[in-house]
Amino acid sequence: MATTHTKSAARAMMAPSVIALLIWMAVPLAMTLYYSTLGYSLYNPISTPFVGFDNYSYFLSDPTFSAALVNTLILVVGVLCITVGGGILVALLLDQDFYGVNVVRLLVIAPFFVMPTVAALVWKNMMMNPVYGVIGQFLSSIGLQPIDWMTEVPLLSIIIIVAWQWLPFATLILLTALQSLSSDQKEAAEMDGAGALSIFWYITLPHMSRAITVVILIQTIFLLSIFAEILVTTNGGPGSQSTNLTYLVYQQAISFGDVGAASAGGIVAVILANIVAIFLVRLIGKNLDA
Amino acid sequence: MGAIRLEKVRKAFGEAVIIPELDLDIKDGEFVVFVGPSGCGKSTLLRLIAGLEDVTSGDITIDGTNATELPPAKRRLAMVFQSYALYPHMSVRKNIAFPLKMAGMDKAEIDKRVSNAAKILNLDNYIDRRPGQLSGGQRQRVAIGRAIVREPAAFLFDEPLSNLDAALRVGMRLEISELHQRLKTTMIYVTHDQVEAMTMADKIVVLHAGHIEQVGSPLELYSRPRNTFVAGFIGSPKMNLLTGAEAKKHDAATIGVRPEHIALSTSEGMWKGTVKVSEHLGSDTFLHVETALHPEPLTVRADGEFPVHYGDTVYLTPQADKIHRFDDKGLAIR
Amino acid sequence: MARRVTQRRKIGMTVLAWAVGLLIFFPILWTFLTSFKSELTAISIPPQFLFFDWTTENYATIYEQSNYFHYMMNSIYLSLGSTALGLLFAIPAAWAMAFSPTPRTKDILLWMLSTKMLPAVGVLIPIYLLFVNFGLLDSRLGLIVVLFLINLPIIVWMLYTYFKEIPGEILEAGRMDGATLRQEITQILAPMAVPGIASTVLLNIILAWNEAFWTLNLTTSNAAPLTAFIASFSSPQGNFYAKLSAASMLAIAPILILGWFSQKQLVRGLTFGAVK
Repeated sequence: MATTHTKSAARAMMAPSVIALLIWMAVPLAMTLYYSTLGYSLYNPISTPFVGFDNYSYFLSDPTFSAALVNTLILVVGVLCITVGGGILVALLLDQDFYGVNVVRLLVIAPFFVMPTVAALVWKNMMMNPVYGVIGQFLSSIGLQPIDWMTEVPLLSIIIIVAWQWLPFATLILLTALQSLSSDQKEAAEMDGAGALSIFWYITLPHMSRAITVVILIQTIFLLSIFAEILVTTNGGPGSQSTNLTYLVYQQAISFGDVGAASAGGIVAVILANIVAIFLVRLIGKNLDA
Repeated sequence: MGAIRLEKVRKAFGEAVIIPELDLDIKDGEFVVFVGPSGCGKSTLLRLIAGLEDVTSGDITIDGTNATELPPAKRRLAMVFQSYALYPHMSVRKNIAFPLKMAGMDKAEIDKRVSNAAKILNLDNYIDRRPGQLSGGQRQRVAIGRAIVREPAAFLFDEPLSNLDAALRVGMRLEISELHQRLKTTMIYVTHDQVEAMTMADKIVVLHAGHIEQVGSPLELYSRPRNTFVAGFIGSPKMNLLTGAEAKKHDAATIGVRPEHIALSTSEGMWKGTVKVSEHLGSDTFLHVETALHPEPLTVRADGEFPVHYGDTVYLTPQADKIHRFDDKGLAIR
Repeated sequence: MARRVTQRRKIGMTVLAWAVGLLIFFPILWTFLTSFKSELTAISIPPQFLFFDWTTENYATIYEQSNYFHYMMNSIYLSLGSTALGLLFAIPAAWAMAFSPTPRTKDILLWMLSTKMLPAVGVLIPIYLLFVNFGLLDSRLGLIVVLFLINLPIIVWMLYTYFKEIPGEILEAGRMDGATLRQEITQILAPMAVPGIASTVLLNIILAWNEAFWTLNLTTSNAAPLTAFIASFSSPQGNFYAKLSAASMLAIAPILILGWFSQKQLVRGLTFGAVK
């Protein structure tokens, strides 16, 4: 299908989407870049002197920044470990033959559809509250000291909440990959004398490796910008113990009104996300040819 | 009505030239078959005529008007696709009516034409089914029905039978020939199967690497192939082509003899050979005979019950007036 | 013998799988149960599971005291509006990419995807300031446009993978039959792609409904959807467990049900076709 007529029609049909996204991406990004070089406070918007890289050196040398950067990484890696590891196990379980497969499947994927604010509040109040929370009551009932999750281990609490939200995603995708493995291969391995563990290690896991990569990359994109969960639970605290990069930028902009520093932080976040995005785009691009 | 003329038509995708400059005349009412191996450009040529692809240069005239720049719908051509390309969400009736609806025809006329086409094609009983509920042959008929209701200047068929099983294919071949006899509309038919070409065509266009190798009636191509490519492509089993000393005797670089033009004997003849594999078709037997003339065994047609076995010695004698001679460029010497 | 072993194994698996499933589902189940308790029962020690006085008073309270309906309507407006806008832009684009590909098509697709990976904080400030300047802050229209833009790449991608499964010959047949470009899309392509379009719509509604960065940062009350409504419970109302639960159930129930229906398509949509 390639007459000049259809070709030009195709261009015209693509143009609105391309232009919309181009504007959406380029204009604000350019503005952020511009603001990041200004001494721009919302409390004094009249005077916005050019300050060069001052915002970056301020932002990068701020101890909160390095804390937030570390928190961001711990948050991402922690959630990834739980969701990928747990996802593989749950996917293997759901792939078994048992009564009520479909219902259990629904139960497992449900958390993914819970909006972030609900997930965070339910966990904070009803699960993790040291006195009335289910976990606290369970711990006391077996004679252990309940933990005040949000103040004692704020970052871990957020990791748990976010991992709970993303475990279904990992499970669902890994299960899809698992079920696309032909039983021929497993049977052939069985004929060759492989046990259940060797089959998992040599056949199943390599087959899932691509899906695992996809899960890791896509989740990383979303996990880098976790926001609502922190906003409604710990507010980044105590101190900056549970502040990630996204939340820090938000704080700089909204609470402190420091547009310049917040913009510099935004650019840093963009660069970080791009490093991951490059890998993801390559991987998907490769798949596109197939 | 449906005369189609291609003048200096050329098609290239970037650097890759699919069809070098080519001229072709198709008369009104003719059944023309484009035949050639896959990748020869026959489908591209059909799509150029249909308007689904642009020509890179040259002119296409349909029914006396220059159609080079016209969009497909304005060319008054109907096409039957290899996959049939039926609209899966529409009933048979709606599929057939679709082009008429697009043309803005009034409802009564549409109904009349659709039921008429359904009758001709024996689709009456399936008219309200969806394509998914039909067999391959029935889908094929719907695709043809959708083409004929438009009363086009010409029909284009793109390998329409290649998705059918062998038995159905023979039946549909007859139906399409029958349709042509009845409608007397120009038909252009693309296939890689030389049997389809031989049995259906008024005129065959043999294509190879975008070039027209020869244009002619089936019998012309059979008895007077213009070059070794056509000689080898038309006819089944293939013509035996010999080079070397035996060809020299006939003042040619290559000579060709069809399997059916070689006389067989167990006692005497021109060429001595050893029987290898025999293929028994019942009415005929095709023997593969190894000779000193040529590294490849020659194919020879024998009677259905010709009494030879693997390893027997036989003698072959080609009919003198059926030997085709070709020069060192592969062109026929006449 | 072998039969009995597999049977025993199946029962064991059933117990294990249900235990894991219920453990993962527990917070939602607990929220559901708590939403029918009185505030006092909700914080009783030890917790009560099923044998309490079931009451719907929390739902009634939410309905009467808060402006729940207002937030829900906003959620509906935002998710439907951004989805409709997305389809309007994405169907033609996906048509072009699937059926009239050029050497650059792949690059454009990947570029679109990369815009999805732009972290929101990177553009928060300019968008916020632009919204202030144009009076779009806390307006449904502004938020619809933002949600439309952040999900447009996913819609284009999903539709593209669905469209690519439709044989181009059928569209060519339509072209031969005299269909104009619009008719080709509305009368041939769209009806054939109904399942794909439906799952795209579903996924996009889910994503828009649960979006919790822009909806929290660009609204105050007028255009605030359920995400913001729930966030307002963060303190001190969060201490009213039963009411929090009722509000939460109201916020997640519709999307939970939609999500359960669209779980298969979800994989495809969220992995941009990389896992099917």
